[in-house]
Amino acid sequence: MVGVPTFLHVSLIWVPAICTFLLSFTNWNGFRFDNMEFVGLRNYKQLFTVFEKDLYEALLNNAWVLIFLFVVATPLGILVAYILDKNLRGTAVYQSVFYFPVVLSLAVVGFIWKSVIYSPRQGVLNVLLNRTEEGNQISWLGDSDQVITLVSDYGLSKNFLAIIAPMIWRHVGYIMVLYLAGLKAVDPSLREAAAIDGSNEWQSFKNVVFPSLKPVNIVILVITVIEALRVFDIIDVLNNPIGTDVLSILVTESILGESSNVGRGSAYGVMLLMLCFGFVVWYLRSTFREDDA
Amino acid sequence: MSNSYPQPGAWDAYVARRSVIKGGAAVGAFAVGGSVLAACGGSDSFSGEIGSASGTLNIGSNASDPAPQAGLQAVVNAFPNADVDVVINTLDHNTYQENITTILQAQDDDVLAWFAGFRNKFFADQGLVGDISDVWENITGLGEGFKAASTASDGNQYFVPTSFYTWAINYSKKLWGENGYTEPTTSDELIGLAEQMMSDGVTPFAFANDGKWPIMGTFDALNLRLNGYDFHVDLMGGNGSWTDDRVRNVFTTWESLLPFHQEGANGRTWQEAATDVEEGRAGMYLLGTFAASNSEAFAADMDFFNVPEFDSAIGAGALDAPIDGFQMVASPTNEAAAKEMLLHMSTPLAQDAYLSEDPSVVASNSGANTSVYNDLQKKSSELASAATGISQFLDRDTIPDFAGACGDMFAEFIENPGGVDGMLADLEEKKVAIFADFNAG
Repeated sequence: MVGVPTFLHVSLIWVPAICTFLLSFTNWNGFRFDNMEFVGLRNYKQLFTVFEKDLYEALLNNAWVLIFLFVVATPLGILVAYILDKNLRGTAVYQSVFYFPVVLSLAVVGFIWKSVIYSPRQGVLNVLLNRTEEGNQISWLGDSDQVITLVSDYGLSKNFLAIIAPMIWRHVGYIMVLYLAGLKAVDPSLREAAAIDGSNEWQSFKNVVFPSLKPVNIVILVITVIEALRVFDIIDVLNNPIGTDVLSILVTESILGESSNVGRGSAYGVMLLMLCFGFVVWYLRSTFREDDA
Repeated sequence: MSNSYPQPGAWDAYVARRSVIKGGAAVGAFAVGGSVLAACGGSDSFSGEIGSASGTLNIGSNASDPAPQAGLQAVVNAFPNADVDVVINTLDHNTYQENITTILQAQDDDVLAWFAGFRNKFFADQGLVGDISDVWENITGLGEGFKAASTASDGNQYFVPTSFYTWAINYSKKLWGENGYTEPTTSDELIGLAEQMMSDGVTPFAFANDGKWPIMGTFDALNLRLNGYDFHVDLMGGNGSWTDDRVRNVFTTWESLLPFHQEGANGRTWQEAATDVEEGRAGMYLLGTFAASNSEAFAADMDFFNVPEFDSAIGAGALDAPIDGFQMVASPTNEAAAKEMLLHMSTPLAQDAYLSEDPSVVASNSGANTSVYNDLQKKSSELASAATGISQFLDRDTIPDFAGACGDMFAEFIENPGGVDGMLADLEEKKVAIFADFNAG
């Protein structure tokens, strides 16, 4: 009975992952196997010496996505869900509005943000800010100057912040739906009891509702981390302007297209795998520790 | 009429250099691929006539925009062999290009739309596209230059060029007429004109770089003008250093011209920049002549001139003129029909049919009907035929992986020109690594 899922899991996840790991020690253009050459750790060495700017920028950008989703998008999604759970008039309409970005096709998302919102001349933002004149325009997607500088060349660039905005826009709806489903399952008598004991809205959320939703909270935590690590699509549809690389973009850039560099792309892939792995190990350890206690 | 194709000399020089550059690597790769190529080259010899093939023929196409799509359909409609059932499989332009290696290895299509020069030769050297020398024996009206651009390291042909376009400085006739601007022929005149435009309240150069490829054209133009064609081709081939003073000089010149360019290019699409030219906010735009496809009004109002001379010792003879066409997969399902179709695509009949739907390019066959050419096509054709050296555009002239690194560096440069030395050192380091991998593979 467990045979089929195990087989699928191993063949679709572990075999490709191990292949990627092995390929990261080769120089291969992806055409014929006899073209493959074993180069040991050279690809990794190059990632840290030749392509280090791309790599550090990507790692840092992945971290920014994680921070913004975690600090802004996820709490916002929970807040929206909590408010909409109160059976407001027209709640279905509000729910649809917030969930809409999740349903939209990526081509449409790209069009909305690139042509409608961020376009230098006709974009909604520049029109509202009255910055559409020649020389006066704000280049939302093109300006890679840093908003936050950590060390010399590394920090958070303005245009990456502009790309994080649509990510938040989509993530809020996603979290809202998940949390709303969880909230429906909270026993109303718990909240009544809290109200009778004199707790206010915030106290009853913090001390009663939130802890009772632990399984949903874990799902949301996992989803947020995964979304941040695998982020690719929105950056890609906005054409990956300068300063907006993330790991999955580097993997794709190296492997897709002509004369692909499978070895280096795989090495980037392994970096991503390590990050996911680190998270999984941390998560499993903390869950088991709690279960023991 | 005879001027409608690039001068043979230029193409020959181009490909001869390419062969030298890639020769060493190609020999190794070719030894392995030889058997595959031999199998498809000799077995099914081509009669040289259209009409004996039958069955289904699949053509893979990246012509996802309306005009090129209608053009290819017209070519197929004009195919004289009614026994062949032609199916066109069109993919979105970008998707097609990103997945070309998968498409080639799947071999589902017999004939594939592609680009001449380095990008075709690379696949030929890998044994992924088929030898069509026997088709070329029957081709008439394509100059030696086109043949050279279709020839791989082994001396055989793997590509049929159907059309090309040129890169030049585009402008609006209306704006120029109103303000009395004239086409400059030297860099001093160009700068004088730019200053004039500034004082007239017009931004001299429209500038856009969404996708990180459009400004590669500016680099190509400046390098060709300041260092010449041979230097440019060598640099693209991985020879010569990016930290060389001559390369540095290109960026010094570029930096001195940046104040005449629109700001925020990295966040603007070429279509938006072309609209700025069309509506008179910007005076000039260095782009392929496809700029005219931005709108019908602009197509009627647009004119262009060759990038002027920057150094009289170098002249202004070289330019980017990318060639498009078709190749055959290494083991096509219907080889007879594929070769007939490729022969057909090289003929004036097919090219006239294509141009009737998509007048933004110029036919490769000297027998094509140039009397229907609009002014832009005539000028493009003249420009290419007068050229002393023709390059294909940066992302077609070098390893795609390295073209990507150049694209990143140029995008960074226009935002922060002061940091150019560090960027060039970084790019040189990447070049060494990327070319070493490429030549080993």
